[in-house]
Amino acid sequence: MQRSLVDRIYSTVVGTITSFGMLLLLAPTLVVLMISFTGGITLKFPPPSWSLRWYVELLQSQEIIEPALTSLKVAAIATILSAVLGGAAALGLARSKLKIARVLDALFMSPMVLPAMAFGLSLLLVFNLLGIRLSAATLVLGHTIICVPFVIRMVGASVQQLNPVLITCSLSLGASRWYTFRRVTLPLIRRGIVASCFVAFLTSFDNVPVSLFLADARTEVLPIKLWAILEGSLDVRVAAVSGVIVLLTLAGLVCAEIFGGVSRQIGSR
Amino acid sequence: MTPASTSTSRQMLPVVPLAALFFAAFVLPLIALVVISLFRTPQFAELSLAQYLRFFSDPFSLKVLTDTLWLGAEVALATLILAYPLALVYVASGPFMRTLITFLIMLPLLTSTVVRTFAWIVILGRDGIVNSAMLSLGLWQAPARLLYSWEGMVLALTQIQLPLMALPVINSLLRLDGNLTRAAEGLGASRARIFITVILPLTLPGAIAGWLLVFAAAATAFITQTLVGGGRIILMPSYIYQQAVGVQDWPFSAALSLTFTLAVTGIVFAIGALSRRYVRGVDAA
Repeated sequence: MQRSLVDRIYSTVVGTITSFGMLLLLAPTLVVLMISFTGGITLKFPPPSWSLRWYVELLQSQEIIEPALTSLKVAAIATILSAVLGGAAALGLARSKLKIARVLDALFMSPMVLPAMAFGLSLLLVFNLLGIRLSAATLVLGHTIICVPFVIRMVGASVQQLNPVLITCSLSLGASRWYTFRRVTLPLIRRGIVASCFVAFLTSFDNVPVSLFLADARTEVLPIKLWAILEGSLDVRVAAVSGVIVLLTLAGLVCAEIFGGVSRQIGSR
Repeated sequence: MTPASTSTSRQMLPVVPLAALFFAAFVLPLIALVVISLFRTPQFAELSLAQYLRFFSDPFSLKVLTDTLWLGAEVALATLILAYPLALVYVASGPFMRTLITFLIMLPLLTSTVVRTFAWIVILGRDGIVNSAMLSLGLWQAPARLLYSWEGMVLALTQIQLPLMALPVINSLLRLDGNLTRAAEGLGASRARIFITVILPLTLPGAIAGWLLVFAAAATAFITQTLVGGGRIILMPSYIYQQAVGVQDWPFSAALSLTFTLAVTGIVFAIGALSRRYVRGVDAA
């Protein structure tokens, strides 16, 4: 009897905390989505009435749309750069037994450990010392560095799972290195590449600490614009932007899941 | 077998472009950060350790640093308390519950930080969900100050960083040998006892890995700190930003950045090393 009581208390505690944890994970996203359809002019929850007015308002807010487009462009370029450079490096590093390979691997992973503010500031200082004006290019450069660790980790994991015999086969059957890369290696590590591109894009699109230092007045990015708006006032348009971001992220996740099995890639990270 | 020398040098060829980029845009800037932090004045005159002395002799600066590290530790502990039950339920459940939990964990992980933080402003605000619920239930007489408070910030960061803790804990629970828990059960141990004496010690590496991830992420979470914590709670990231962009005192902001970086990574490495020693002891036992 004693034991079953202890067990029951244990189950209740575990169950309660789990329910709270699940609610905690879900609630904020749900709240943002709901409040973005409010008919009111304040962030009152639950909304007094429902409407699409803030989405309509958003379509006319050039001051938000422009940073959003900048963010999309910067994230797209940073993703491509980090995927190409990082993917190539991951292929080279994955099987190397050289000591330098381990050193470089640690170097490429270190942006994850270093607080992003420190990195953003350090890059700003160098640009200033060299007299380089801040622009979209400096922003892309900073973003590429912080996206690389994800590519190295995820593409590297895919390369580790690749059976090297397949490549040896292809080469010994007379295929060129380039042909082998295109027709054997690339399809086999596709999942890792898709997943890392997805994560890299989100990382860049969402980045504040680096953008804070590296964006000039003309290349304002979306998260910083939203941060500035939220610091000043509580603007319901932010809810509409948030709604759009949540929905697009979910759509992106579904696509990435279909083409790359992203959840497994992220889960095993 | 191809000759080893040509194969290895050719193998490293695709690494060169990224290595060059990292040297120019990561290693050099960090060296510059170190050098600049050693200047005594913002006009770059005279090399000395003045900036670091200034930091460590100033009670305000020290409090900002300890507050920030403490925030990271508190949030990491809160996520740990939530992650274990979540992981236990995940492991014990069928496919539907597993998919649901995976989805719930992925959701905040993928949602933009500004969006997640904005959600917490809506929830914790003066007219927010918590306040209006408590007022209408008659539990509170006046709206409580949840936004711009330390507790609000810890709560928001706990939700935002929970996935970083839940994933490694779930992974290490999945890797746990089921025979061990079944053996303990067969020997008559209660479930709570099994958790404390079997599950917890064996999944500790995952928990520590998660703790360190969350600690570092919460301590450096600029957006959530400034928006939910508000202007009155000053933590290292906003202190660095303010000194660099507001005051334009580059040597001091560089010294702040380096001190902060060393403090965070120092704690991460120290706890990581300690846990590896401890965990080896567990394996041997």
